Amino acid sequence: MAEFSLPKNSKITEGKTWPKPADATRITAFRIYRWSPDDEANPRVDTYYVDRGDCGPMVLDALIWIKNNIDPTLTFRRSCREGICGSCAMNIDGANTLACTRAIDDEKRDVVKIYPLPHQPVVKDLVPDLTNFYAQYASIQPWLQTVTPDPEKERKQSHDDRAKLDGHYECILCACCSTACPSYWWNSDRYLGPAALLQAHRWIIDSRDEATGERLDNLEDPFRLYRCHTILNCAKVCPKGLNPAKAIADIKKNLVDRQV
Amino acid sequence: MSAQRSYKTAARRVRGLGAAHTGTGDFIVLRVTGIALLFLSCAFVVIATSLIGRNHAATVQILGSPLVAVLMLLFIGVTIYHMWIGMQEIIIDYVHEEGSKFLLLLGNAFFCVAIGVACAFAILKLSFGV
Repeated sequence: MAEFSLPKNSKITEGKTWPKPADATRITAFRIYRWSPDDEANPRVDTYYVDRGDCGPMVLDALIWIKNNIDPTLTFRRSCREGICGSCAMNIDGANTLACTRAIDDEKRDVVKIYPLPHQPVVKDLVPDLTNFYAQYASIQPWLQTVTPDPEKERKQSHDDRAKLDGHYECILCACCSTACPSYWWNSDRYLGPAALLQAHRWIIDSRDEATGERLDNLEDPFRLYRCHTILNCAKVCPKGLNPAKAIADIKKNLVDRQV
Repeated sequence: MSAQRSYKTAARRVRGLGAAHTGTGDFIVLRVTGIALLFLSCAFVVIATSLIGRNHAATVQILGSPLVAVLMLLFIGVTIYHMWIGMQEIIIDYVHEEGSKFLLLLGNAFFCVAIGVACAFAILKLSFGV
């Protein structure tokens, strides 16, 4: 059965509450998931107090502030700090998003709760193991495939056909959508998930690609594609404002179209 | 999960047994039966409410009349088909252990066919009065 409760060794316990910074005029509390593979301990939630006068406006700024000033063992991924690399995807106050584009004051509560992306194995603290996610992306063969010999110059595309790729190419593969999807939670071993399917659709609709039939063949499966039940969590959480559910619906439409 | 470590690569696990090349049929069936049920459910509600307060003989006569019986048979058939495929989707969503999944899918099929045949028999019996 799908697991609706956490395994015994994954039950979250109360962690350490770190002291409040001295001389701070404005303080925000952060409750952050901690787990280390180096000991046998269960995950815990630590409480940190961030001096907002000394810290930038984003949740990622607060995480870096905590790491620099309170607890250097706090582990998380980050790189571009401007919403383009997708590294700092995590679950902030119950919704997957990028820590770098989420302002601390966006949260309407006194405490900001931060967990790793849901339903993925945890490497450490806020770092999920996305090996399966990346393998699924690779499985849809996200590159141009043609049978026509390569042209002398560029492959031409009309403005209208190029416009169809809008809403697809902007995906940064942060995994916010896939790990917010209940179908992906229960069946991530076989269901490709919204991110991979959005990119599959990106190549299906690319006017220059000539492998549309093969791509649809690869997706026509009760698990790979049809576990999507249009729950729409993917579109709700996408930090880039994309709509994978719409793309998946269009893939299904293509599969129906080639039968009737 | 097995305690023994698996050395299968992520690509091997994701590719699995390959695409089944099915699923679109069930997808179409669920939508077509859904559309049909929009109309058939209305017909069923009208038929059911028309039976309120009537005695046994009148009920038998209404349900056994050709138009009502055909609508009821269609309603039963389409509902059962929709229920069968819908429940199958739910089982596939949530049940992952192969043995229990197989048993539940089998049970679902048997249950739907049995209920469908029983309902259809009841209507036919009223129609033909055997």
